[in-house]
Amino acid sequence: MIKNISNLGDAALYCDFGDEVNKDINSQVIKYFRSLKERNIEGITNLTPSYNKLIISFDLNKTNFREIKKLIENENVNEIDENFVKKIEIPTCCEDIFALDIKRLESKLSLKREKIYENFFEKEYFCYMTGFIAGMPFLGDLEKNLRLNRLDTPRVKVPKGSVGLTEQFANIYTYESPGGWNIIGNTPSKIFDSSKEKNPNLINPGDTVKFKKISLEEYDNFNE
Amino acid sequence: MSNYFEILRAGINTTFQDNGRKNLYHIGVPFSGAMDQRNFRLANSIIGNKSHFPVIEFAYQGPLIKYNGDEINFVITGDVIFKIIKGDKEIQGNCYENYSIKDGDEIDIISTNKSVYGYLAINGEFDLKLQWGSCSINTKAMIGSNNGEKFKDRQKFEIKKINSNRIVKKMNYINTKIERIRVIKGTNFDYFSDQGKKIFFEKEFTVSKLTDRMGMRLEGPKIENVVNTNIRSEGLIKGVIQVPADGNPIVMLSDHGTIGGYPKIGVVISADYDRLVQLSPGSKIKFQEINLSDAETLFKLYEMETQNLISQL
Repeated sequence: MIKNISNLGDAALYCDFGDEVNKDINSQVIKYFRSLKERNIEGITNLTPSYNKLIISFDLNKTNFREIKKLIENENVNEIDENFVKKIEIPTCCEDIFALDIKRLESKLSLKREKIYENFFEKEYFCYMTGFIAGMPFLGDLEKNLRLNRLDTPRVKVPKGSVGLTEQFANIYTYESPGGWNIIGNTPSKIFDSSKEKNPNLINPGDTVKFKKISLEEYDNFNE
Repeated sequence: MSNYFEILRAGINTTFQDNGRKNLYHIGVPFSGAMDQRNFRLANSIIGNKSHFPVIEFAYQGPLIKYNGDEINFVITGDVIFKIIKGDKEIQGNCYENYSIKDGDEIDIISTNKSVYGYLAINGEFDLKLQWGSCSINTKAMIGSNNGEKFKDRQKFEIKKINSNRIVKKMNYINTKIERIRVIKGTNFDYFSDQGKKIFFEKEFTVSKLTDRMGMRLEGPKIENVVNTNIRSEGLIKGVIQVPADGNPIVMLSDHGTIGGYPKIGVVISADYDRLVQLSPGSKIKFQEINLSDAETLFKLYEMETQNLISQL
Protein backbone atom coordinates (compact mmCIF):
# COMPACT_ATOMS: atom_id res chain seq x y z
CA MET A 1 0.00 0.00 0.00
CA ILE A 2 1.01 3.62 -0.38
CA LYS A 3 2.78 4.79 2.79
CA ASN A 4 2.83 8.46 1.97
CA ILE A 5 1.70 10.83 -0.77
CA SER A 6 3.40 14.18 -1.26
CA ASN A 7 3.81 16.70 -4.04
CA LEU A 8 6.83 16.75 -6.30
CA GLY A 9 6.79 20.35 -7.44
CA ASP A 10 3.40 21.73 -8.51
CA ALA A 11 2.64 19.26 -11.30
CA ALA A 12 3.37 15.80 -9.92
CA LEU A 13 2.35 13.46 -7.13
CA TYR A 14 4.97 11.39 -5.32
CA CYS A 15 3.68 8.07 -3.95
CA ASP A 16 6.03 6.35 -1.54
CA PHE A 17 5.50 2.62 -0.99
CA GLY A 18 8.26 2.20 1.62
CA ASP A 19 12.03 2.19 1.85
CA GLU A 20 12.69 -1.44 1.01
CA VAL A 21 13.29 -2.75 -2.46
CA ASN A 22 11.69 -6.13 -2.86
CA LYS A 23 9.25 -7.88 -5.13
CA ASP A 24 6.26 -7.41 -2.82
CA ILE A 25 6.62 -3.64 -2.57
CA ASN A 26 7.39 -3.34 -6.28
CA SER A 27 4.33 -5.46 -7.15
CA GLN A 28 2.20 -2.93 -5.26
CA VAL A 29 3.72 -0.10 -7.29
CA ILE A 30 3.05 -1.99 -10.52
CA LYS A 31 -0.52 -2.75 -9.46
CA TYR A 32 -1.26 0.96 -9.00
CA PHE A 33 0.57 1.82 -12.20
CA ARG A 34 -1.40 -0.67 -14.32
CA SER A 35 -4.70 0.17 -12.72
CA LEU A 36 -4.28 3.93 -13.28
CA LYS A 37 -2.93 3.45 -16.77
CA GLU A 38 -5.94 1.41 -17.78
CA ARG A 39 -8.31 4.10 -16.55
CA ASN A 40 -6.66 6.68 -18.79
CA ILE A 41 -7.50 9.56 -16.45
CA GLU A 42 -7.95 12.99 -18.03
CA GLY A 43 -5.17 15.36 -16.97
CA ILE A 44 -2.61 12.70 -16.05
CA THR A 45 0.32 13.06 -18.44
CA ASN A 46 2.71 10.40 -17.14
CA LEU A 47 3.02 7.54 -14.68
CA THR A 48 6.54 6.55 -13.65
CA PRO A 49 6.80 3.40 -11.56
CA SER A 50 10.16 2.55 -9.99
CA TYR A 51 11.35 0.09 -7.32
CA ASN A 52 9.30 1.55 -4.49
CA LYS A 53 7.83 4.81 -5.79
CA LEU A 54 5.20 5.91 -8.29
CA ILE A 55 5.33 9.40 -9.72
CA ILE A 56 2.19 10.75 -11.35
CA SER A 57 2.66 13.83 -13.53
CA PHE A 58 -0.32 15.92 -14.50
CA ASP A 59 -1.31 18.88 -16.64
CA LEU A 60 -1.73 21.86 -14.33
CA ASN A 61 -4.17 23.36 -16.82
CA LYS A 62 -6.56 20.47 -16.28
CA THR A 63 -6.16 19.36 -12.69
CA ASN A 64 -4.05 19.86 -9.55
CA PHE A 65 -2.35 18.08 -6.66
CA ARG A 66 -5.42 17.96 -4.39
CA GLU A 67 -7.66 16.46 -7.07
CA ILE A 68 -5.19 13.76 -8.10
CA LYS A 69 -4.35 12.96 -4.47
CA LYS A 70 -8.03 12.40 -3.68
CA LEU A 71 -8.38 10.24 -6.74
CA ILE A 72 -5.41 8.07 -5.77
CA GLU A 73 -6.59 7.72 -2.19
CA ASN A 74 -9.94 6.45 -3.42
CA GLU A 75 -8.50 4.25 -6.15
CA ASN A 76 -9.58 0.62 -6.03
CA VAL A 77 -6.59 -1.07 -7.53
CA ASN A 78 -7.29 -4.07 -9.68
CA GLU A 79 -5.47 -7.26 -8.99
CA ILE A 80 -2.86 -7.90 -11.66
CA ASP A 81 -4.29 -9.97 -14.46
CA GLU A 82 -1.74 -12.77 -14.72
CA ASN A 83 -2.35 -12.86 -18.48
CA PHE A 84 -0.57 -9.54 -18.72
CA VAL A 85 2.55 -10.93 -17.12
CA LYS A 86 4.83 -12.22 -19.81
CA LYS A 87 7.65 -14.71 -19.46
CA ILE A 88 10.45 -13.69 -21.79
CA GLU A 89 13.57 -15.52 -22.83
CA ILE A 90 16.60 -13.40 -23.70
CA PRO A 91 19.31 -15.13 -25.76
CA THR A 92 22.70 -13.90 -24.56
CA CYS A 93 26.16 -14.49 -25.92
CA CYS A 94 29.02 -14.31 -23.42
CA GLU A 95 32.04 -14.56 -25.71
CA ASP A 96 34.99 -12.36 -24.72
CA ILE A 97 34.20 -9.72 -27.33
CA PHE A 98 30.89 -9.03 -25.50
CA ALA A 99 31.81 -9.80 -21.87
CA LEU A 100 33.64 -6.52 -21.32
CA ASP A 101 33.84 -6.76 -17.53
CA ILE A 102 33.99 -10.51 -16.87
CA LYS A 103 37.62 -10.28 -15.72
CA ARG A 104 36.75 -7.54 -13.25
CA LEU A 105 33.87 -9.65 -11.91
CA GLU A 106 36.11 -12.73 -11.62
CA SER A 107 38.66 -10.86 -9.55
CA LYS A 108 36.29 -8.71 -7.45
CA LEU A 109 33.86 -11.55 -6.70
CA SER A 110 36.62 -14.18 -6.43
CA LEU A 111 34.61 -16.48 -8.69
CA LYS A 112 35.51 -18.30 -11.89
CA ARG A 113 33.59 -17.15 -14.93
CA GLU A 114 31.98 -20.58 -15.34
CA LYS A 115 30.46 -20.19 -11.89
CA ILE A 116 29.34 -16.61 -12.56
CA TYR A 117 27.53 -17.67 -15.72
CA GLU A 118 26.09 -20.78 -14.13
CA ASN A 119 24.53 -18.72 -11.34
CA PHE A 120 23.41 -15.97 -13.69
CA PHE A 121 21.67 -18.22 -16.21
CA GLU A 122 19.90 -20.52 -13.80
CA LYS A 123 17.77 -17.81 -12.23
CA GLU A 124 14.51 -16.25 -13.33
CA TYR A 125 14.38 -12.46 -12.95
CA PHE A 126 11.58 -10.03 -12.22
CA CYS A 127 11.30 -6.69 -14.04
CA TYR A 128 11.07 -3.95 -11.41
CA MET A 129 10.96 -1.03 -13.81
CA THR A 130 11.99 0.21 -17.23
CA GLY A 131 13.56 3.51 -18.09
CA PHE A 132 16.59 5.76 -17.73
CA ILE A 133 17.00 5.14 -21.46
CA ALA A 134 14.07 3.93 -23.56
CA GLY A 135 13.11 0.36 -22.80
CA MET A 136 15.97 -0.48 -20.42
CA PRO A 137 14.70 -3.12 -17.96
CA PHE A 138 15.88 -3.30 -14.34
CA LEU A 139 15.79 -6.99 -13.45
CA GLY A 140 16.21 -8.60 -10.07
CA ASP A 141 17.32 -10.22 -7.94
CA LEU A 142 20.80 -11.48 -8.64
CA GLU A 143 22.26 -14.20 -6.45
CA LYS A 144 24.10 -12.62 -3.53
CA ASN A 145 27.50 -13.85 -4.76
CA LEU A 146 27.12 -11.91 -8.06
CA ARG A 147 26.50 -8.49 -6.54
CA LEU A 148 29.03 -5.77 -7.30
CA ASN A 149 29.06 -1.98 -7.52
CA ARG A 150 29.13 0.02 -10.72
CA LEU A 151 32.44 0.67 -12.48
CA ASP A 152 34.42 3.44 -10.78
CA THR A 153 34.44 5.38 -14.02
CA PRO A 154 31.44 4.79 -16.28
CA ARG A 155 32.04 3.90 -19.92
CA VAL A 156 31.36 6.67 -22.40
CA LYS A 157 29.80 4.10 -24.74
CA VAL A 158 28.25 0.81 -23.76
CA PRO A 159 27.36 -1.19 -26.90
CA LYS A 160 23.72 -1.79 -27.76
CA GLY A 161 22.43 -5.13 -26.45
CA SER A 162 24.92 -5.28 -23.57
CA VAL A 163 23.77 -7.23 -20.52
CA GLY A 164 25.07 -5.65 -17.32
CA LEU A 165 25.11 -6.31 -13.60
CA THR A 166 25.10 -3.91 -10.65
CA GLU A 167 24.20 -4.63 -7.04
CA GLN A 168 21.10 -6.85 -7.01
CA PHE A 169 20.09 -6.05 -10.59
CA ALA A 170 20.73 -6.98 -14.21
CA ASN A 171 19.90 -4.67 -17.10
CA ILE A 172 20.06 -4.53 -20.89
CA TYR A 173 21.30 -1.51 -22.85
CA THR A 174 18.62 -0.96 -25.49
CA TYR A 175 20.90 1.30 -27.49
CA GLU A 176 24.47 2.58 -27.27
CA SER A 177 24.67 4.83 -24.26
CA PRO A 178 27.03 5.91 -21.50
CA GLY A 179 26.86 3.63 -18.47
CA GLY A 180 28.68 2.02 -15.57
CA TRP A 181 27.23 -1.47 -15.25
CA ASN A 182 29.48 -4.56 -15.34
CA ILE A 183 28.97 -6.04 -18.79
CA ILE A 184 28.89 -9.83 -19.02
CA GLY A 185 27.38 -10.47 -22.46
CA ASN A 186 25.25 -9.21 -25.32
CA THR A 187 21.84 -10.09 -26.69
CA PRO A 188 20.87 -9.94 -30.38
CA SER A 189 17.23 -9.60 -29.30
CA LYS A 190 15.44 -6.31 -29.98
CA ILE A 191 14.53 -5.08 -26.50
CA PHE A 192 13.15 -1.72 -27.66
CA ASP A 193 11.58 -1.22 -31.08
CA SER A 194 11.03 2.48 -31.73
CA SER A 195 9.18 1.74 -34.97
CA LYS A 196 6.28 0.28 -32.98
CA GLU A 197 3.52 2.74 -32.19
CA LYS A 198 2.19 0.41 -29.51
CA ASN A 199 4.25 -1.53 -26.98
CA PRO A 200 7.76 -0.71 -28.21
CA ASN A 201 9.09 -2.40 -25.04
CA LEU A 202 9.75 -6.12 -25.11
CA ILE A 203 9.98 -6.26 -21.30
CA ASN A 204 7.59 -4.41 -19.00
CA PRO A 205 7.43 -3.97 -15.21
CA GLY A 206 6.07 -7.15 -13.65
CA ASP A 207 7.29 -9.46 -16.44
CA THR A 208 9.71 -12.31 -15.75
CA VAL A 209 12.89 -12.82 -17.72
CA LYS A 210 15.18 -15.79 -18.18
CA PHE A 211 18.50 -15.40 -19.96
CA LYS A 212 19.59 -18.22 -22.29
CA LYS A 213 23.23 -18.72 -23.18
CA ILE A 214 23.92 -18.83 -26.92
CA SER A 215 27.07 -19.34 -29.00
CA LEU A 216 28.67 -16.73 -31.23
CA GLU A 217 27.34 -18.62 -34.25
CA GLU A 218 23.80 -18.53 -32.89
CA TYR A 219 24.29 -14.85 -32.12
CA ASP A 220 25.38 -14.06 -35.68
CA ASN A 221 22.54 -16.06 -37.20
CA PHE A 222 19.90 -14.73 -34.83
CA ASN A 223 16.68 -13.79 -36.57
CA GLU A 224 13.58 -12.59 -34.80
CA MET B 1 8.97 18.70 -54.10
CA SER B 2 7.21 21.91 -54.89
CA ASN B 3 7.39 23.87 -51.64
CA TYR B 4 10.35 23.28 -49.39
CA PHE B 5 12.91 24.72 -46.97
CA GLU B 6 16.51 24.17 -48.00
CA ILE B 7 18.89 24.35 -45.04
CA LEU B 8 21.98 26.26 -46.19
CA ARG B 9 23.38 26.41 -42.65
CA ALA B 10 21.90 24.17 -39.98
CA GLY B 11 22.78 26.23 -36.90
CA ILE B 12 23.88 24.81 -33.57
CA ASN B 13 20.91 22.76 -32.44
CA THR B 14 17.98 23.11 -34.80
CA THR B 15 15.10 20.64 -34.44
CA PHE B 16 11.37 20.22 -35.00
CA GLN B 17 9.36 20.54 -31.79
CA ASP B 18 5.74 20.57 -30.65
CA ASN B 19 4.02 20.04 -27.30
CA GLY B 20 5.83 16.77 -26.63
CA ARG B 21 4.94 13.14 -25.90
CA LYS B 22 2.71 12.01 -23.10
CA ASN B 23 2.42 8.74 -21.20
CA LEU B 24 5.76 7.22 -22.17
CA TYR B 25 7.90 7.91 -19.08
CA HIS B 26 7.26 4.35 -17.86
CA ILE B 27 9.10 2.93 -20.86
CA GLY B 28 11.93 5.47 -20.67
CA VAL B 29 10.85 7.96 -23.32
CA PRO B 30 11.13 11.62 -22.23
CA PHE B 31 8.46 14.28 -22.70
CA SER B 32 10.55 16.54 -24.99
CA GLY B 33 8.64 19.24 -26.92
CA ALA B 34 9.49 22.93 -27.33
CA MET B 35 11.64 24.07 -24.40
CA ASP B 36 9.89 27.43 -24.09
CA GLN B 37 6.25 26.44 -24.47
CA ARG B 38 4.96 30.02 -24.37
CA ASN B 39 7.04 31.19 -27.30
CA PHE B 40 6.15 27.99 -29.17
CA ARG B 41 2.43 28.64 -28.69
CA LEU B 42 2.76 32.33 -29.59
CA ALA B 43 4.50 31.42 -32.84
CA ASN B 44 1.64 29.15 -33.89
CA SER B 45 -1.01 31.64 -32.77
CA ILE B 46 0.43 34.59 -34.70
CA ILE B 47 0.60 32.55 -37.88
CA GLY B 48 -2.96 31.25 -37.32
CA ASN B 49 -2.07 27.59 -36.73
CA LYS B 50 -3.48 25.27 -34.14
CA SER B 51 -1.42 25.68 -30.98
CA HIS B 52 0.32 22.27 -31.16
CA PHE B 53 1.62 22.41 -34.76
CA PRO B 54 5.28 21.45 -35.31
CA VAL B 55 7.66 24.42 -35.46
CA ILE B 56 11.40 24.81 -35.92
CA GLU B 57 13.28 25.35 -32.66
CA PHE B 58 16.82 26.71 -32.73
CA ALA B 59 19.37 27.50 -30.04
CA TYR B 60 22.01 30.28 -30.03
CA GLN B 61 22.92 30.40 -33.72
CA GLY B 62 19.91 29.54 -35.90
CA PRO B 63 19.66 28.17 -39.43
CA LEU B 64 20.06 29.93 -42.78
CA ILE B 65 17.09 28.77 -44.83
CA LYS B 66 16.41 29.16 -48.53
CA TYR B 67 12.77 28.96 -49.47
CA ASN B 68 11.60 27.32 -52.67
CA GLY B 69 7.94 27.39 -53.73
CA ASP B 70 4.72 29.36 -53.60
CA GLU B 71 4.36 32.42 -51.38
CA ILE B 72 4.26 31.54 -47.68
CA ASN B 73 4.24 33.39 -44.35
CA PHE B 74 6.47 32.86 -41.37
CA VAL B 75 6.99 34.29 -37.91
CA ILE B 76 9.86 34.06 -35.43
CA THR B 77 9.34 34.25 -31.67
CA GLY B 78 11.76 34.62 -28.79
CA ASP B 79 14.49 37.21 -28.57
CA VAL B 80 16.12 36.64 -31.94
CA ILE B 81 18.26 38.58 -34.40
CA PHE B 82 17.44 37.65 -38.00
CA LYS B 83 17.18 39.04 -41.48
CA ILE B 84 15.26 38.25 -44.63
CA ILE B 85 17.14 38.25 -47.92
CA LYS B 86 15.11 38.94 -51.04
CA GLY B 87 17.51 39.05 -53.98
CA ASP B 88 19.91 41.91 -53.24
CA LYS B 89 17.55 43.42 -50.65
CA GLU B 90 18.00 42.68 -46.94
CA ILE B 91 15.29 43.29 -44.34
CA GLN B 92 16.07 43.36 -40.63
CA GLY B 93 13.48 41.06 -39.03
CA ASN B 94 11.36 41.69 -35.94
CA CYS B 95 10.14 38.90 -33.69
CA TYR B 96 6.37 38.42 -33.33
CA GLU B 97 5.85 39.94 -36.77
CA ASN B 98 4.67 38.15 -39.89
CA TYR B 99 6.69 38.11 -43.08
CA SER B 100 5.79 36.82 -46.50
CA ILE B 101 8.48 35.08 -48.55
CA LYS B 102 8.60 33.89 -52.15
CA ASP B 103 10.60 31.42 -54.19
CA GLY B 104 14.34 32.02 -53.69
CA ASP B 105 14.05 34.22 -50.58
CA GLU B 106 16.23 33.42 -47.58
CA ILE B 107 15.77 33.63 -43.81
CA ASP B 108 19.04 34.12 -41.94
CA ILE B 109 18.60 33.47 -38.22
CA ILE B 110 21.81 35.01 -36.95
CA SER B 111 21.45 34.37 -33.22
CA THR B 112 19.31 34.49 -30.15
CA ASN B 113 19.92 37.66 -28.19
CA LYS B 114 21.08 36.98 -24.58
CA SER B 115 18.72 33.99 -24.53
CA VAL B 116 18.82 30.41 -25.78
CA TYR B 117 15.79 29.27 -27.79
CA GLY B 118 13.81 30.76 -30.65
CA TYR B 119 10.96 29.43 -32.79
CA LEU B 120 10.02 29.65 -36.45
CA ALA B 121 6.47 28.81 -37.54
CA ILE B 122 4.94 28.86 -41.02
CA ASN B 123 1.32 28.98 -42.13
CA GLY B 124 1.73 25.50 -43.46
CA GLU B 125 2.54 21.95 -42.55
CA PHE B 126 5.94 20.35 -42.85
CA ASP B 127 5.87 16.81 -44.21
CA LEU B 128 6.99 15.07 -41.04
CA LYS B 129 6.85 11.54 -39.77
CA LEU B 130 5.56 11.64 -36.22
CA GLN B 131 6.73 9.23 -33.54
CA TRP B 132 4.26 8.39 -30.79
CA GLY B 133 2.08 11.27 -31.86
CA SER B 134 4.78 13.95 -31.80
CA CYS B 135 7.42 15.36 -34.15
CA SER B 136 9.66 16.42 -31.25
CA ILE B 137 13.26 15.50 -31.90
CA ASN B 138 15.31 14.14 -29.02
CA THR B 139 18.81 13.88 -30.45
CA LYS B 140 20.27 11.91 -27.51
CA ALA B 141 17.61 9.19 -27.68
CA MET B 142 17.31 9.46 -31.50
CA ILE B 143 13.57 9.87 -31.26
CA GLY B 144 11.24 11.98 -33.42
CA SER B 145 11.06 13.37 -36.95
CA ASN B 146 14.19 13.56 -39.14
CA ASN B 147 15.28 10.18 -37.65
CA GLY B 148 15.70 11.86 -34.29
CA GLU B 149 18.58 13.99 -35.58
CA LYS B 150 19.15 17.73 -35.53
CA PHE B 151 19.13 19.63 -38.84
CA LYS B 152 22.15 19.16 -41.09
CA ASP B 153 23.51 21.44 -43.80
CA ARG B 154 21.87 20.96 -47.21
CA GLN B 155 18.86 19.07 -45.88
CA LYS B 156 15.49 19.81 -47.48
CA PHE B 157 12.18 19.82 -45.66
CA GLU B 158 9.04 19.60 -47.73
CA ILE B 159 5.98 21.66 -46.90
CA LYS B 160 3.04 19.46 -47.82
CA LYS B 161 0.37 22.11 -47.42
CA ILE B 162 0.19 25.90 -47.23
CA ASN B 163 -2.80 27.04 -45.22
CA SER B 164 -4.77 30.22 -45.86
CA ASN B 165 -4.84 31.14 -42.21
CA ARG B 166 -6.12 34.32 -40.67
CA ILE B 167 -2.73 35.86 -40.23
CA VAL B 168 -2.09 38.65 -37.76
CA LYS B 169 0.46 41.25 -38.69
CA LYS B 170 2.17 41.47 -35.35
CA MET B 171 1.97 41.07 -31.62
CA ASN B 172 3.48 43.33 -28.99
CA TYR B 173 5.38 41.18 -26.60
CA ILE B 174 8.73 41.50 -24.91
CA ASN B 175 10.39 38.56 -23.19
CA THR B 176 11.32 39.37 -19.62
CA LYS B 177 14.41 38.08 -17.89
CA ILE B 178 14.12 36.04 -14.77
CA GLU B 179 16.77 36.08 -12.06
CA ARG B 180 14.92 34.52 -9.16
CA ILE B 181 13.72 31.03 -9.91
CA ARG B 182 10.94 29.95 -7.61
CA VAL B 183 11.26 26.46 -6.24
CA ILE B 184 9.16 24.05 -4.16
CA LYS B 185 11.23 21.97 -1.73
CA GLY B 186 12.08 18.53 -3.10
CA THR B 187 11.40 15.11 -1.61
CA ASN B 188 15.01 14.81 -0.35
CA PHE B 189 15.37 18.36 0.94
CA ASP B 190 16.38 17.04 4.36
CA TYR B 191 19.33 15.14 2.92
CA PHE B 192 21.24 18.42 2.93
CA SER B 193 23.01 20.16 5.79
CA ASP B 194 21.51 23.33 7.31
CA GLN B 195 24.37 25.19 5.70
CA GLY B 196 23.63 23.47 2.36
CA LYS B 197 19.95 24.43 2.49
CA LYS B 198 20.91 28.01 3.29
CA ILE B 199 23.35 28.14 0.40
CA PHE B 200 20.70 26.77 -1.96
CA PHE B 201 18.21 29.53 -1.21
CA GLU B 202 20.60 32.42 -0.58
CA LYS B 203 23.61 32.15 -2.84
CA GLU B 204 24.02 32.88 -6.50
CA PHE B 205 24.55 30.10 -9.07
CA THR B 206 25.96 30.36 -12.56
CA VAL B 207 24.51 28.47 -15.55
CA SER B 208 27.34 26.27 -16.87
CA LYS B 209 28.32 25.62 -20.47
CA LEU B 210 27.37 21.98 -19.96
CA THR B 211 23.71 22.83 -20.40
CA ASP B 212 21.53 21.34 -23.10
CA ARG B 213 17.96 20.17 -23.69
CA MET B 214 18.45 17.39 -21.11
CA GLY B 215 19.64 19.42 -18.20
CA MET B 216 20.98 22.69 -16.87
CA ARG B 217 24.14 22.34 -14.82
CA LEU B 218 24.81 25.02 -12.24
CA GLU B 219 28.02 26.12 -10.61
CA GLY B 220 28.38 27.84 -7.28
CA PRO B 221 29.09 27.09 -3.63
CA LYS B 222 28.82 23.34 -2.98
CA ILE B 223 25.66 22.02 -1.34
CA GLU B 224 26.63 19.54 1.33
CA ASN B 225 24.72 16.26 1.64
CA VAL B 226 24.64 14.75 5.15
CA VAL B 227 22.49 11.66 4.51
CA ASN B 228 23.33 9.89 1.25
CA THR B 229 24.49 11.14 -2.13
CA ASN B 230 22.50 8.36 -3.84
CA ILE B 231 18.85 7.38 -3.58
CA ARG B 232 17.02 4.38 -5.04
CA SER B 233 16.47 5.26 -8.69
CA GLU B 234 13.05 6.77 -9.17
CA GLY B 235 11.06 8.89 -11.61
CA LEU B 236 12.04 12.41 -12.65
CA ILE B 237 10.01 15.27 -14.07
CA LYS B 238 11.12 18.44 -15.78
CA GLY B 239 12.19 21.12 -13.34
CA VAL B 240 13.51 18.68 -10.71
CA ILE B 241 16.80 19.88 -9.21
CA GLN B 242 19.11 16.99 -8.36
CA VAL B 243 22.33 17.39 -6.40
CA PRO B 244 24.92 14.66 -7.09
CA ALA B 245 27.90 13.91 -4.86
CA ASP B 246 29.93 16.84 -6.22
CA GLY B 247 27.43 19.29 -4.66
CA ASN B 248 26.55 21.11 -7.90
CA PRO B 249 22.83 21.24 -8.73
CA ILE B 250 21.46 20.01 -12.06
CA VAL B 251 17.98 21.06 -13.25
CA MET B 252 16.18 18.43 -15.34
CA LEU B 253 14.97 19.90 -18.63
CA SER B 254 12.56 18.64 -21.31
CA ASP B 255 14.73 15.79 -22.73
CA HIS B 256 15.80 14.47 -19.30
CA GLY B 257 16.29 10.75 -18.60
CA THR B 258 13.11 9.33 -17.08
CA ILE B 259 14.64 8.00 -13.87
CA GLY B 260 17.54 9.06 -11.73
CA GLY B 261 19.26 8.29 -8.49
CA TYR B 262 20.44 11.62 -7.08
CA PRO B 263 18.69 13.40 -4.20
CA LYS B 264 16.10 15.99 -5.20
CA ILE B 265 16.59 19.28 -3.36
CA GLY B 266 13.78 21.13 -5.14
CA VAL B 267 11.52 21.51 -8.16
CA VAL B 268 11.22 24.64 -10.31
CA ILE B 269 7.60 25.82 -10.42
CA SER B 270 5.74 25.44 -13.72
CA ALA B 271 5.25 29.21 -14.07
CA ASP B 272 9.02 29.82 -14.18
CA TYR B 273 10.10 26.98 -16.47
CA ASP B 274 9.85 28.78 -19.85
CA ARG B 275 12.01 31.64 -18.62
CA LEU B 276 14.46 29.35 -16.84
CA VAL B 277 15.36 27.52 -20.06
CA GLN B 278 16.10 30.84 -21.76
CA LEU B 279 19.02 31.54 -19.39
CA SER B 280 22.24 31.20 -21.36
CA PRO B 281 25.53 29.89 -19.93
CA GLY B 282 27.15 32.47 -17.68
CA SER B 283 23.77 33.81 -16.41
CA LYS B 284 23.46 34.24 -12.65
CA ILE B 285 20.42 32.92 -10.82
CA LYS B 286 19.08 32.62 -7.29
CA PHE B 287 16.47 30.20 -6.00
CA GLN B 288 13.54 31.33 -3.89
CA GLU B 289 11.36 29.04 -1.83
CA ILE B 290 7.62 29.03 -2.46
CA ASN B 291 4.73 26.86 -1.30
CA LEU B 292 2.46 24.72 -3.46
CA SER B 293 -0.63 26.92 -3.38
CA ASP B 294 1.32 30.07 -4.35
CA ALA B 295 2.97 28.10 -7.16
CA GLU B 296 -0.45 27.04 -8.43
CA THR B 297 -1.70 30.63 -8.37
CA LEU B 298 1.40 31.83 -10.21
CA PHE B 299 0.86 29.20 -12.89
CA LYS B 300 -2.77 30.31 -13.36
CA LEU B 301 -1.59 33.91 -13.77
CA TYR B 302 1.14 32.89 -16.19
CA GLU B 303 -1.32 30.85 -18.24
CA MET B 304 -3.86 33.69 -18.21
CA GLU B 305 -1.18 36.05 -19.48
CA THR B 306 -0.42 33.68 -22.38
CA GLN B 307 -4.14 33.33 -23.15
CA ASN B 308 -4.58 37.11 -23.10
CA LEU B 309 -1.74 37.56 -25.56
CA ILE B 310 -3.33 35.00 -27.87
CA SER B 311 -6.86 36.37 -27.56
CA GLN B 312 -5.71 39.90 -28.42
CA LEU B 313 -4.71 38.64 -31.85
